[in-house]
Amino acid sequence: MNILIILIPIAIGLGLLGLVAFLWSLQAGQYEDLDGAAARILNDDEELPK
Amino acid sequence: MSCCGGDIIADRSLENAEAISLAGKNADLLSYGHGQDGGLLCYVFSSPFIHCGSCIAIIEKELAKEARIKSVRVNLTLKRISLVVDPKLPPIEIVQKLEQLGYPAMPLDAEKGEESAHGKEAAKLLRALAVAGFAAMNVMLLSVSNWSGADGTTRDFFHLVSALIAIPAVAYSGQVFFRSAFLALSKRHLNMDVPISLAVILAVAMSLYETLTHGSEAYFDAAVSLLFFLLIGRYLDQMMRERARNAVSGLTRLAARGANIILPSGKLEYRPLDEIRVGDLIRLVPGDRVPVDSKIVSGESDFDLSLVNGESDPAVLKEGASLLAGTRNLTSTIDIKTTQTSEKSFLAEVSRMLDAAENGRGNYVRIADRLARIYAPAVHLLALAAFIIWMVVTNGDWHTSLYVAISVLIITCPCALGLAVPVVHVIGAGKLFESGILMKDGCALERLAEIDHVLLDKTGTLTTGIPQIVRASELSDKVAGLARSLAGHSSHPSSKAIQAYLLPGSEFKIGRTVEIAGKGIEATYNGKKICLGRPDWVDEIAGRKSKPAFSGDIAFAIEGERAAHFTLLEKLRDDAFQTVRAIEAFGLPIEILSGDNQAKVTLIAEELKLDKVHFAQKPADKIARIETLKQAGKFPLMVGDGLNDAPSLAAGHASMAPASASDIGRQAADFVFTRNDLEAIPHAIQIARKARRLIKQNFGLALAYNAIAVPLAMGGMISPLFAAIAMSTSSLVVIGNSLRLRANMKNWSRTTQVNPKPLSRLETA
Repeated sequence: MNILIILIPIAIGLGLLGLVAFLWSLQAGQYEDLDGAAARILNDDEELPK
Repeated sequence: MSCCGGDIIADRSLENAEAISLAGKNADLLSYGHGQDGGLLCYVFSSPFIHCGSCIAIIEKELAKEARIKSVRVNLTLKRISLVVDPKLPPIEIVQKLEQLGYPAMPLDAEKGEESAHGKEAAKLLRALAVAGFAAMNVMLLSVSNWSGADGTTRDFFHLVSALIAIPAVAYSGQVFFRSAFLALSKRHLNMDVPISLAVILAVAMSLYETLTHGSEAYFDAAVSLLFFLLIGRYLDQMMRERARNAVSGLTRLAARGANIILPSGKLEYRPLDEIRVGDLIRLVPGDRVPVDSKIVSGESDFDLSLVNGESDPAVLKEGASLLAGTRNLTSTIDIKTTQTSEKSFLAEVSRMLDAAENGRGNYVRIADRLARIYAPAVHLLALAAFIIWMVVTNGDWHTSLYVAISVLIITCPCALGLAVPVVHVIGAGKLFESGILMKDGCALERLAEIDHVLLDKTGTLTTGIPQIVRASELSDKVAGLARSLAGHSSHPSSKAIQAYLLPGSEFKIGRTVEIAGKGIEATYNGKKICLGRPDWVDEIAGRKSKPAFSGDIAFAIEGERAAHFTLLEKLRDDAFQTVRAIEAFGLPIEILSGDNQAKVTLIAEELKLDKVHFAQKPADKIARIETLKQAGKFPLMVGDGLNDAPSLAAGHASMAPASASDIGRQAADFVFTRNDLEAIPHAIQIARKARRLIKQNFGLALAYNAIAVPLAMGGMISPLFAAIAMSTSSLVVIGNSLRLRANMKNWSRTTQVNPKPLSRLETA
């Protein structure tokens, strides 16, 4: 059962990592224009390196 | 072009009028910009016409070509454009550029005001949702291990870890509910948040006690997953309202909110509305609305009173006549003297009536709250009864008794009830949105389902509000082209009708145009006078030799040649007749409430085969009619568009307005339909009724679940595993049932194409 002492913190740590990543992406404005991001990928950027 | 009208002298020609009105709009736009680092200005525009990826590319590329625009960013979801620009760039140029590209835009106050406050609220809910989701997942994993047979120290350890995750998560994510419950309690009434908060807090507290005393049953998983489900409901609700708000604010047309004051030196200066004093002289150009109640000092012009009193015919007013705020100047530039400040103006009076009417509606209690009034006390009484009975049965074993009472509270926590309403509302709003109907909030859908009476405004609602040409003389290409060119110089509705009727052909260069108020517009072409206006006046210029084929409402002639006549009619919307029949098919009686005169209203009523007609109605009369109906126990739906309808829109049990309505009208209405046809009315009623049925079914399902679970809980036979399964299942069943609103309904938006009429944004409206 001692293995739990290591495994549980790892499991929760991974969960927390996900939570922090989500909160960061929220803060960074990644959810502000969901439709736009989908459309932008199709726009040809002129400054593409040849 | 200068940014203020300072160098425009007192010339009343039409060309100058345009410059004045642009300068006014520019000054108004400047007030929306807010400073940034490095002396740059930031603007946010909303344009409902942005709809795809290439819109982003076009706007961003085209605007980036202008050196004074430092950065452009289009938000496709919100249909907004954010710009950082050099302060030397007059913002009106951005708007004009966008308009050329096909994206009429209006400015938004990005930094202050409601907009950002609501945005923050949604972000806060989303963060709470994320934390609750994280906690629910991890605690549930630990709980599953416990249910699978972990015991002894392992179980205690798992409980302890669960507690460490659940307690901060509940403290953070539960705030929305705790705060609302506290507010309700401090006002001495109960809402659904009271049993929710109580159940969550008690579940955590009891589980903590169990953990510390090495007990076997902890409800941490139930508490956090409960919060998770409920926050989903809250978040959906918030999202829906925000989307509607964005869509509605995107419809506001760009209109100067101030006026051009004539300084004693004869120069003009643009001033915002609240800086206009009584006695100020204002230069009013064609297309402008009267900012505050005034009197005409010099000049004569046609005025569009339709938004003020519902009359569809323009009125000719001259020196000395009083003008109410909101009246639109149509034909010539005039000078007016203000007689009231903006707070005492007609517009302000309308908004006061609006507030009063809205307060009346505040008494409406949402279905969920009505249920909460019965449900919350019932639940608390049941828990108390369980406690007392167990105390008696077990001879005062307070630990077991309290345990049972708390499990009753947890099991009855209205998780499914919390989802029953918002999920249906969100799906309903989405369904309406697809059909071009914007809903302000969920409560409106409940009220719309209850209506049993329909009141319709005429001008702008049943009719398009714009006269159309129904009969015309035969025209040669030259005459048609000249008439069209001449009509292009006037913003009179008749001229607009002619422009719309005569297809664009070859352009003719015509001389300087002069508006003759009350008569028409004239200009010269090849040394000959050409004129467009009242038939008798035009006939005089045309020469009496050749009689026109028939006599119309407006005529055009070249000096000495035969006049061309046109007959105008205020046209009903294409589907007005079917719509009226469809509403009647629901069993709802219809009345027309119009500010227009008897002859016009009865004409329309006959065409629609309606017999209940009220004409020459002032705003107060309309409210009075609604109040009479309400007093008789009826629930009237008001559909209207004008300023004069705004108070009655707020007074109606529910209300709808077309997108072409006045800004105040749109603000007051519960629903705004962006389509040109009226089918939106029966369609919305149908969805509202179906939504109400589903909400009731959801309540039924949630209560049925309680009917099974409560006796078990009172018998002390509930385990944490049972609680977790029962609560999740009931929530899922309710969500599944709500989704039925999407199915089994003819997809209406496909059968008739959504075609929002491009509103000319630069037109002062």
